[in-house]
Amino acid sequence: MAYDATEDLDAFRVETRDWLEANCPPSMRTPMTDDEIVWGGKRGTFVNPESKTWLDRMGEKGWTAPEWPASYGGGGLTKDENRVLQEELRRIKARPALFSFGLWMFGPALLEFGNEEQKKRFLPDIVKGKTRWCQGYSEPGAGSDLAGLQTRCEDKGDHYLINGQKVWTSYADQADWIFCLVRTDTSSKHEGISFILFDMESPGVEARPILLISGSSPFCETFFTDVKVPNDQLVGRVNGGWEIAKRLLQFERSSISAGGFGGTGGSGILGPEEYAKMHVGTDSEGRIADGDLRGRIADHKMYAKAFSLTVQRQTEQAKAGQQVDHTASILKYGAAKMNQDRHELLIEALGSEALGWEGEGFDENAMKATRGWLRSKGNSIEGGTSEINLNVVAKRVLGLKDHQ
Amino acid sequence: MTFVLTEDQEMLRDTALAFVRDELPVTHLRALRDKGANGHDAGTRKKLAELGFFGVIIPDEPGGEHFGLVGLGQILEAQGRTLAATPLLQTALIAASAIQLGGSKAMQAEWLPRIAAGETTFALALDETAHFAPLNVATEAESNGQGYTLNGMKRFVPGGHDAEMFIVVARTFGEAGDRHGITLFLVPAKAKGVTVQELKTFDAHGAAHVTLDDVMVGPGAVLGPVDEGADVLEPVLDRAAIGMAAEMLGSSVAAFEMTLEYLKSRKQFGQLIGSFQSMQHRAAKMFTEIEMTRSCVAAALAAVDSGKGDIAELASLAKAKASELVHLVSNECVQMHGGIGMTDVADPGLYMKRARVQEALYGSASWHRDRYARLQGF
Repeated sequence: MAYDATEDLDAFRVETRDWLEANCPPSMRTPMTDDEIVWGGKRGTFVNPESKTWLDRMGEKGWTAPEWPASYGGGGLTKDENRVLQEELRRIKARPALFSFGLWMFGPALLEFGNEEQKKRFLPDIVKGKTRWCQGYSEPGAGSDLAGLQTRCEDKGDHYLINGQKVWTSYADQADWIFCLVRTDTSSKHEGISFILFDMESPGVEARPILLISGSSPFCETFFTDVKVPNDQLVGRVNGGWEIAKRLLQFERSSISAGGFGGTGGSGILGPEEYAKMHVGTDSEGRIADGDLRGRIADHKMYAKAFSLTVQRQTEQAKAGQQVDHTASILKYGAAKMNQDRHELLIEALGSEALGWEGEGFDENAMKATRGWLRSKGNSIEGGTSEINLNVVAKRVLGLKDHQ
Repeated sequence: MTFVLTEDQEMLRDTALAFVRDELPVTHLRALRDKGANGHDAGTRKKLAELGFFGVIIPDEPGGEHFGLVGLGQILEAQGRTLAATPLLQTALIAASAIQLGGSKAMQAEWLPRIAAGETTFALALDETAHFAPLNVATEAESNGQGYTLNGMKRFVPGGHDAEMFIVVARTFGEAGDRHGITLFLVPAKAKGVTVQELKTFDAHGAAHVTLDDVMVGPGAVLGPVDEGADVLEPVLDRAAIGMAAEMLGSSVAAFEMTLEYLKSRKQFGQLIGSFQSMQHRAAKMFTEIEMTRSCVAAALAAVDSGKGDIAELASLAKAKASELVHLVSNECVQMHGGIGMTDVADPGLYMKRARVQEALYGSASWHRDRYARLQGF
């Protein structure tokens, strides 16, 4: 009965509001900076001790993964209840308790493809932020052509033996476990890939951070030399990993576009229109004095608005049970363009203020914007390049064929 | 919900799509053009009236239910698909909105039922220069004791060659460019002193220059407040921009679908041209732009009906995005069809011609981009 459902939902809202009021620490209701993000895991650090309290409480409720079944540590909420929870979290401006590839990518894939024992073993620690996962996908010879991966995985009877190299492994040096694509059959490209899980502390695993143009090292080169993996850590069937890999990529692209490329969006950094007013100046009517720059900023702001409306439309239509064709690829492509345009406009508006690297004499937020600009160049490469996303749209959505 | 249609709105959309497919295909516009009809089409007007399309945003009784602008938007999108020339935007949207937003009770009682029944067609006589500039009004309305005397010249009035009534934007005070001093009037096309010069336009929809030479109207002809007509005109123009954006979305989708079909059938070098990556990526980008624009148009239509959200900002967003979209898609439609796209017998050219008219009406992309920036305070 619709009437009862509404009543239940109202009761849930009241309970949720009371619980959040009692359990969300005050400092967790303030904007967060990038170094305050909680990624969890054995080596996880908490700049602010209240973020540990917040994670523990949310993890205990299963509300870091509200819609996962309670039997795997999740919140066991319905879609409607989760919507209420998210509304209540937004209402008090609560920070996300946990950032996690386990929550965003691996967990949803394991729920679909893992066996009962694997779900029971791995999901609860993801919910509580106890295990931090990394993604072993790209290799030096397999970037956009991911299925060309060569990392070997041999069946040794009572275990698998893994040899090879991954690259662009996000935070591999800080992760506890890896979900990894490996080659179990060399005679078939897509049908020779398996999806396997192992501990990053296993003998033979080495992760080396890569220094990027932005000065940070979020990615690693990861080497596997005779790494032994127990048989029960392969997900799905042997040589059936490509299907899981593709599904997980959809989760990844959705999480990238929903979050507008991770991080906090650079708190403290103003919009390009504000910097332009400040450093370029305004005319007598308060408009940015450089008409060309003003037009391009307006164009970008309109694109960003169209993008957020499209995310909202996708969410509403999905709730109403309407299929929205492969929006993940469209949104990933759009999010990359949007974030890159924004950063180009930021540094253009900042002028020479944007040219600093470190030390005195430059505004701290301006230097953050500059680092963000350099970092944003990866947005159209990571998680599937923009070109690959356009291929996906052309082939799967529009039905255009390859050369015959 | 903002983006999900009600069952009634869905039925209306399906009816409209079936109607334009069966009764107003592109060949219908082509036939009208070839016999020099210049968009005049009494038969279509009658059918639209029978379907009730003129009264979609007019309730049966004041305060009653109607399909809303979201409903009318579905019809306009459908007519955009086949480039159909109809009086709907001018009459069912602009005139119905203006009279509901600014008209007196008597004016509403007189005109809304006639609009809803398709008995009277309207046109908004606004522009006086070659560009959209709604406050740039010099047409004079001088109080003459018993009413007003109108003098001036209105350029490129859409639907002006096919209208029985004009909504004339005139000046009762101040100078061209002032927001204060604008007043709206209802003027019959047959009134003494009104001259309608029919224009043959390249989209085959037609338009008119309208000259007002000592046209006398009574005080009851004033629509909205004297001198502060901009308070009515601006929200009406927002609605017009949103309605036109819906039509442009329909034209863009249809031109894109036509292009996609061609990419899937035309062969060169022994391959379907749609298998070349240069074509695939451009097609995928167009599709992305279509999806983004659809979100903007839907949000703008819904904002008018709910009264929530900033209608002016969303109107500028929708019109700018839709103008850019139809520009891109119509050009790509011609280009991707190659030589056939340059011929009169093929449809891409018709879409491109109509696109340029759609882009110009109620503010170009650059006009709305500038306004969006102003509304956002930069």
